Amino acid sequence: MFEIIFLQFLNGLDKGAAYALIALGLTLVFGTLGVVNFAHGALFMLGAFCAVTVRMFLTMETVTIDPEKLSPWGAPLEVREPLVQAWLGDFGAVLVNYSVPLSILITIPIMLLVGIGLERGIIKHFYKRTHAEQILVTFGLAIVAQEVIKSVFGPNPIPQPMPTDLRGAADIGAWLGMQANVITYPVWRLIYFVFAGVVIGGVFAFLQFTTFGMVVRAGMADRETVGLLGINIDRRFTIMFGLAAVVAGMAGVMYTPLLPPNYHLGMDFLVLSFVVVVVGGMGSLPGAVAAGFLLGILQSFASMNQVKAIFPGIDQIIIYLVAVIILLVRPRGLMGRRGVMEA
Amino acid sequence: MTILKRGLSRRRVLQTGMAGIIGSGVAPLVFTKGAWAQEFCNNPTGDTVVFGLNLPLTGTYAEEGADEQKAYELAIAHLNGEGDGGLLNVLQPSALKGNGILGKKVTYVSSDSQTKSDVARAGATRMIERDGAIMITGGSSSGEAIAVQGLCQEMGVIFMAGLTHSNDTTGKDKRRYGFRHFFNAYQSGIGLAPVLGQSYGNDRQAYHLTADYTWGWTQEESIKNATEALGWKTTAAVKTPLGTTDYSQYLTPILNSGADVLILNHYGLDMVNSLTQAVQFGMRDRQANGKDFQIVTPLISELMAKGAGESVKGIFGTSNWHWNLQDPGSIAFTKSFGAAYGSPPSQAAHTAYVQALLYADAVERAGTFYPPEVIKALEGHEFDGMGNGKTLYRAEDHQCIKSVLVVQGNESPTSEFDVLNVVQEIDRDTVAYDPAIFGGDLGPAEPVPMCA
Repeated sequence: MFEIIFLQFLNGLDKGAAYALIALGLTLVFGTLGVVNFAHGALFMLGAFCAVTVRMFLTMETVTIDPEKLSPWGAPLEVREPLVQAWLGDFGAVLVNYSVPLSILITIPIMLLVGIGLERGIIKHFYKRTHAEQILVTFGLAIVAQEVIKSVFGPNPIPQPMPTDLRGAADIGAWLGMQANVITYPVWRLIYFVFAGVVIGGVFAFLQFTTFGMVVRAGMADRETVGLLGINIDRRFTIMFGLAAVVAGMAGVMYTPLLPPNYHLGMDFLVLSFVVVVVGGMGSLPGAVAAGFLLGILQSFASMNQVKAIFPGIDQIIIYLVAVIILLVRPRGLMGRRGVMEA
Repeated sequence: MTILKRGLSRRRVLQTGMAGIIGSGVAPLVFTKGAWAQEFCNNPTGDTVVFGLNLPLTGTYAEEGADEQKAYELAIAHLNGEGDGGLLNVLQPSALKGNGILGKKVTYVSSDSQTKSDVARAGATRMIERDGAIMITGGSSSGEAIAVQGLCQEMGVIFMAGLTHSNDTTGKDKRRYGFRHFFNAYQSGIGLAPVLGQSYGNDRQAYHLTADYTWGWTQEESIKNATEALGWKTTAAVKTPLGTTDYSQYLTPILNSGADVLILNHYGLDMVNSLTQAVQFGMRDRQANGKDFQIVTPLISELMAKGAGESVKGIFGTSNWHWNLQDPGSIAFTKSFGAAYGSPPSQAAHTAYVQALLYADAVERAGTFYPPEVIKALEGHEFDGMGNGKTLYRAEDHQCIKSVLVVQGNESPTSEFDVLNVVQEIDRDTVAYDPAIFGGDLGPAEPVPMCA
């Protein structure tokens, strides 16, 4: 039984890490700019498609016809040669194999530009509008983004293989001195968990230990006063929007081996991440992280057969059930500021 | 007087008598087969006839839908006398002439069912009411097939199901206007169980993950029955929502459940995701109960095997058809399809293509598009040459009875298409069963409902 509970807990941490990572950017934007950004899921999806694009370039092929060999349908055989391997040899093969993690290097500047462009081009015009109007415009942006992706990449998911060395499962039980093969967990999911921890830690450290972060935190607490001190807080908040886009994009890239991305990926995660933010407290960074892990772990335990035998279907509704209870009992969320969402 | 004189003439008596017979409505029933013109839904009056293709072009089964679309386009081209003729050349017996159907050129309209039953039904309604489809075909999910089949029965339009594998399609939900060429879950169980027993032994503990809709339920039931008859025990059977993407929460409980076999009652993208993730969880490297842990995918296709990549190697399943079969029909179809699209056809494409041809052939043999006559032409019809050996369209439940393939993921593929090996071809007598075991009622063919 210990093994089962441990595995479910591990699985909950893994799911929670994904939720927290996505919710982090969403709550960051709300906390700094006061904007409910329903396009955040689309940023996650755009990041995933950065990985798809990089792999497409890395796996381009030359096609030649071999007249001496026939295809199964009797036509001359098309021989496909990977271009990158032909140019770069073994190094090219390594690039293809590690295309997903390498995509992060490309994704960071792209998502930073997308985020800053989005904020300067559209979002800034809605700062003084109601939350309902902000939701409408950002939701509209999300739909535009997904339709653009659909028209370019098609409607179906595009699998992104993880590096061959990182496939399979790690024997965590053996690491802990237990019997072999009792507690095993996929290596890539462990990597995603560690990656999420590093990114979340990095964002917190950036806000906590840098002058830039200190100014942003001050701006989040009292925007007008910071402005009166002669600090261009709008510019910093624009950069924070870009940073949120980068976090969402990187989360999307690293998720692609776990879930082949399609144009709808953002919408699938938007609802979940929004629930996480609401449960954690709108604008609260620690709240988003705590709620992400809490909901991930709860969902994982709700999936246990022993639990479902008592509450059939509980795994499908547990997250929303918790959100309803939190909203009823503590409308500002677990760590939300007093007054936010309580009116 | 003049009138009286003329009226008494023999010619006048015959004319009046004939007019009376025609006027009383007797003649249409006596003299002509086509006399029910205008009395059924979308009776084609021009020089074209429209097929309604209901295809899952997005959603969990989108890959199958895309391949079905290619197959229908090819079938329509062949019916119209274009291309190399494909299976028109090998279908036995055949009334097809390659000049359309009853001399009318075949065209089509299509609708994306999104792998959702309600969308499939709405799409079929639109194609019947707005576009004048004479026949609806396609689909890659039994949920869709059953929903559309019921609609077609209500509207008096024949439905030639695409890929649907639930026992219910030609079982408890069978309809007079619905016909299925594809095999079913019960037949998968009959075909697969002996091979599993031979390969993995008769003392196994199976854990089922099952897509939570009609197909998954009947497949789980059929495979459970078949494997338990071998001596296997079922540790647990857990339902997963159709379209689930992350299976981790369903996979972790398996690891220490005592099971030594995982049976994935999933299809399409669900199967690709669950199988890939199960392998990521190290299940194929595990030992349980002193045996190597095994994964089984009772229904599998080339498209899924390709999507799952390395994960599918060595895994057993069943298929309706495989492009590498060496009978004249399979060779002809693979050649036509490959030349047109640059890849071999999937089993979804094959069943779609065959269904289009079988409908056209039935209309030609009936000599009319009138659905009750077409239904009669299909019921009990026996044919050969379509890649599955001698096949019977059974009258009692509209299920095609033909051979079934047991396949296995290829351990050493020679090309990107060489992903499955045919392990065994189970003959049609072995997989035949009493249609009464699944109940259901076909319902009437007449009076023919009017769609609008």
